[in-house]
Amino acid sequence: MRVSVSWLREYVDLPADLPAGDLEQALVDLGIEVDSVVDLRETVTGPLVVGEVLEIEELTGFKKPIRFCRVDVGAANGTGEPQEIVCGARNFAQGDRVVVILPGGVLPGDFHIGARKTYGRNSNGMITSAKELGLGDDHSGIIVLPEDTPAKPGDDARPVVGLDDVVVELEITPDRGYALSVRGIARELSHALGVPFRDPADIPAPGATAEPAYPVEVRDTVGCDRFAARMVRGVDPTAQTPGWMSRRLTVAGVRSISLPVDITNYLMLELGQPMHAFDADRISGPLVVRRAEAGEKLTTLDGVTRTLVPEDMVICDDTGPISLAAVMGGETSEVVASTTDVLFEAAHWDPAMVGRTARRHKLFSEAAKRWERGVDPALPLVALEKAVRLLTEHAGGTVGTEILDLDHVRPRTPVTLPVDLPSRRVGVAYPPERVVELLEQVGCAVTRGADRLGDDPGETGVAAAAGGDVLSVTPPTWRPDLTDPADLVEEVVRLDGYDRVPSVLPTAPPGRGLTAPQQRRRAVARSLAERGYVEVLAHPFVSAELADQLGLPADDPRRPAVRVANPLSEEEPLLRTTLLGPLLGILRRNVGRGQRDVAIYEIGVVFHPRPGAGAPPAMGVDRRPTDEEFALADAVVPDQPRHVAVVLTGEMEPTGWWGAGRAAGWADAVEAGRTVLAAAGIPADRVTVRAAERAPWHPGRCAELLVDGTAVGYAGELHPTVVATLELPRRTSAMELNLDALPEAPVVSGPAVSTFPPALIDVALVLDESVPAAEVERALAEGAGPLLEDVRLFDVYASEQLGAGRRSLAYKLTFRAPDRTLAGEEAVAARDAAVAEAARRFGATLRGA
Amino acid sequence: MSYRNDPYDPKQVALLDPDALAAAVADAEKAFAAAADPDALTALRPAHLGDRSPVSLARREIGALPPAAKSDAGKRVNEARRAIETAYAARQEVLEREQAERVLVEERVDVTLPYDRRPRGARHPLSTLMEQISDLFVGMGYEVAEGPEVELEWTNFDALNIPADHPARGLMDTFHIAPSEGAEGSGLVLRTHTSPVQARTMLTRKPPIYVVVPGRVYRTDELDATHAPVFHQVEGLVVDKGITMAHLRGTLDHFARAMFGEGAKTRFRPHYFPFTEPSAEFDVWFPEHRDGPQWVEWGGCGMVNPRVLRACGIDPEVYSGFAFGMGIDRTVMFRHGVSDMRDMAEGDVRFTRAFGV
Repeated sequence: MRVSVSWLREYVDLPADLPAGDLEQALVDLGIEVDSVVDLRETVTGPLVVGEVLEIEELTGFKKPIRFCRVDVGAANGTGEPQEIVCGARNFAQGDRVVVILPGGVLPGDFHIGARKTYGRNSNGMITSAKELGLGDDHSGIIVLPEDTPAKPGDDARPVVGLDDVVVELEITPDRGYALSVRGIARELSHALGVPFRDPADIPAPGATAEPAYPVEVRDTVGCDRFAARMVRGVDPTAQTPGWMSRRLTVAGVRSISLPVDITNYLMLELGQPMHAFDADRISGPLVVRRAEAGEKLTTLDGVTRTLVPEDMVICDDTGPISLAAVMGGETSEVVASTTDVLFEAAHWDPAMVGRTARRHKLFSEAAKRWERGVDPALPLVALEKAVRLLTEHAGGTVGTEILDLDHVRPRTPVTLPVDLPSRRVGVAYPPERVVELLEQVGCAVTRGADRLGDDPGETGVAAAAGGDVLSVTPPTWRPDLTDPADLVEEVVRLDGYDRVPSVLPTAPPGRGLTAPQQRRRAVARSLAERGYVEVLAHPFVSAELADQLGLPADDPRRPAVRVANPLSEEEPLLRTTLLGPLLGILRRNVGRGQRDVAIYEIGVVFHPRPGAGAPPAMGVDRRPTDEEFALADAVVPDQPRHVAVVLTGEMEPTGWWGAGRAAGWADAVEAGRTVLAAAGIPADRVTVRAAERAPWHPGRCAELLVDGTAVGYAGELHPTVVATLELPRRTSAMELNLDALPEAPVVSGPAVSTFPPALIDVALVLDESVPAAEVERALAEGAGPLLEDVRLFDVYASEQLGAGRRSLAYKLTFRAPDRTLAGEEAVAARDAAVAEAARRFGATLRGA
Repeated sequence: MSYRNDPYDPKQVALLDPDALAAAVADAEKAFAAAADPDALTALRPAHLGDRSPVSLARREIGALPPAAKSDAGKRVNEARRAIETAYAARQEVLEREQAERVLVEERVDVTLPYDRRPRGARHPLSTLMEQISDLFVGMGYEVAEGPEVELEWTNFDALNIPADHPARGLMDTFHIAPSEGAEGSGLVLRTHTSPVQARTMLTRKPPIYVVVPGRVYRTDELDATHAPVFHQVEGLVVDKGITMAHLRGTLDHFARAMFGEGAKTRFRPHYFPFTEPSAEFDVWFPEHRDGPQWVEWGGCGMVNPRVLRACGIDPEVYSGFAFGMGIDRTVMFRHGVSDMRDMAEGDVRFTRAFGV
């Protein structure tokens, strides 16, 4: 909300010399966010004066008609001679008074004015439009001052056009509908600064008469609990909006349309009461206020034809809907240039209904914004009185004596407030008198008495200390947000000052620290970072095509995805089911930015929809849902396991003065998987790695990682087709693993360390190359028995000599006994048993044997 | 042995002559001094201390002497031999020390050669900061609570006193989850804040509750320098008997000092959140700001609305609580002088590497 300080000053006695900073601080302390404070006096600098047009010479021969003017600017130009100015506008005549900026002046946008030659004449300054002065969007012509303007040539023009004001732009929180008005802001400032406030709504306004101003029937008094109207007949349709009013509208960002409409907008800004002006001659028959019928159509003032639903409310005449109630009027009944009979309407609508209608039709009008946040239901007659006065004052006409007021507003129920509740919630000892004083300051009616508590046991959060005093607080009509004791507590602490709240550190009971999964996640993250991977936090939005691009089979569980109903990009409406899609996108971005060696990782959730989940059951908020109810609802929430993934390309170890580097590849990806499992506390002997085929990996270069025989992840080089489709560097490799699928880390039993010397024996086995090394190692270990301490593959070798499809695996075996120095024959026997087992399982032979 | 029974021969006995022994010692000393390295010295040993060396030969002559002369001659020979051995050892020590020093010089390398053979990776500053904040609160006895990112509308909104038609819901710029086929609504959203975890925590734990909730959240903002559709929050929730706004302030002051140094302090501004009442926004005085010490908007906070407690099954007559939360992306931005939100979202390794492991 933008409002000028001069308008506020009409209703609150702000100190004359109040610095802008103090004003801003006062608003902030009240909980009203200040977006900007603009001192209009500083927007135009230099000589800006009133001028009187003495002579106009029409210049021809240019693309458009140009006027060369001699303008009396008094003594402002230092000579007293008329100022010669070239002007392109035509909306003025000799004798008109205009606003002139003289050489040396600067307009908004750092537009410096000087004397210059243009259209063959010397132009010494400029006659300005409202837009050029930053006063609005009107650039249709220059400003012509009204005849009654009390200013003579040479006078400073700033006060005349409203450039002597300060404009504040405020952000109003959604609970404070009343602050979306001059009335509300002025009232709040009076609290903060301790200065008198005059309520603009405090005027005598006549009540309903027996005869209505116009026949109206309200068929839904829930949606519309008050509807009031008054008529003014015979107004001058050519009457202009007075300058002061259009200036205030302009400052507030509201376009001036016509006097009756401007009056409704002006009063909405001043009082906070949205209104509507109908052309009485363009309505036929009585008005009916009702819910819309399904499919009913209405063309609103913005020219859009809208199809209504039964929840919307409409105002109808004999022709059908003529206004989308509380949100926007219709074209057929609006005030037009010929309107002479004006019917003003001021009503009170259900905030929830208006909010839903506004969202449904995406019509967030200024009126809807106020209705949604709550409007004072006591205002309609006051607003109507002000409207008819303003209209007749400026456009003549006769005010109808009949006043319509269909009032179904229910009285406010008092809120019961233990007088010590503010102290107990805030930690400041507020004396009871102070609590009462502050609540009365915001307009509450407060009565004291302990008996009230017994009357109203339904209130919660309010139990008073034994024998405590309670207050019965009836909030003012303009504060629909004050419904709970907690709301009143906030008013007390807000007005007393948040800066008075002391600082006391509470003592928490002993906690249990991070959970095992939380610790595990950190260990995994740190291990990968130490290993050379850079953490990224990718956005989870992916395209529907990604599943195809990754080559996922038709029945792959990663195909069904959670869909966002309103994605930022229609190209990426799904949530990831694998971390790889977004991660590969980031890899590609890095490569595109010139990085050759990229190794990145992410720990994040993936989303798997619950098949056939449907919608969660409706749950209220007046009580805790039962465990069964909540479990039922929670079962609809997609499965969101936490995964870890790496992708890598380029060199894992760079080339340097020490020699050649090492290209990143499938083995690094598998090792990243082992690193994760180790960091997660999974003992190596419970981890199995075996060949697997799984998209998006290369079928011959994909490893499945298993813990206790259960697959938890995959690693290897990506499929060449995927690499080509996603435009990735060749041989890009990846690993993804489900952290949530890992078993709890066991408590490790410490091994008995033998101090006897080891026996080291190397064996080289020749076998079919299709036999996985991991299997051979297991055979050796199981064959060798308990004397084997360690087995390590140190060479893999293939040659023509060995034969096609054969290879040699060379192992270093370490034997050791826990209780003695091993005899040579014992070690050899164990070695022979190991080799025999490998021979039995895979037909392995000792190389050279 | 063969000499034992030889008749006395003055020529042979000449080896025992004191001058001859002195000459042998001098010869040895001279030769040792000329040796250039331990190997050369070792090569000299047989000539001066070996079986055929003058002192060894002289010793053999002793047997030929009359008994009365034996003792005197033996002493002379021993002295000579000891002198040679001492000279040898001394020279050996010198040469070995010289050699060791020479090796150290020869083995000198350029220690400024880079050796980034296994480059380190890096943690994302958002993750690191969320962990730091979690640790701070864990140290105070809090626990870290978590919840799903696709969340029930009920926990994201309703339970937090944001009913379906409340304008605050419209202000949240929510990503809605599409319903499954045939259904009217999914009842699901991408959580717009970490606060649904408050509701889940209160539904599953009994007071006293002291939790801190780090996590990523979603709003329908296009990614630009100051907005992102995905960002991060940390919030805290305390529900206990007798909790006041003073406790909230004390907790935030402590937090601010731990994060920004002893000079940090907080300031409350009244604000509105449906799930807290009273509510405030809080600023932190940040002395290290790159544009000079100043107040920085940090987050929102307030006393848990009794309506929220009730919806989550906690008796507001018995318990009260406070909650606070702040944007982690924003915190990283002002704490580390990051001016563009995209740097944190795009995953450019050059940005993240700067923050180290």
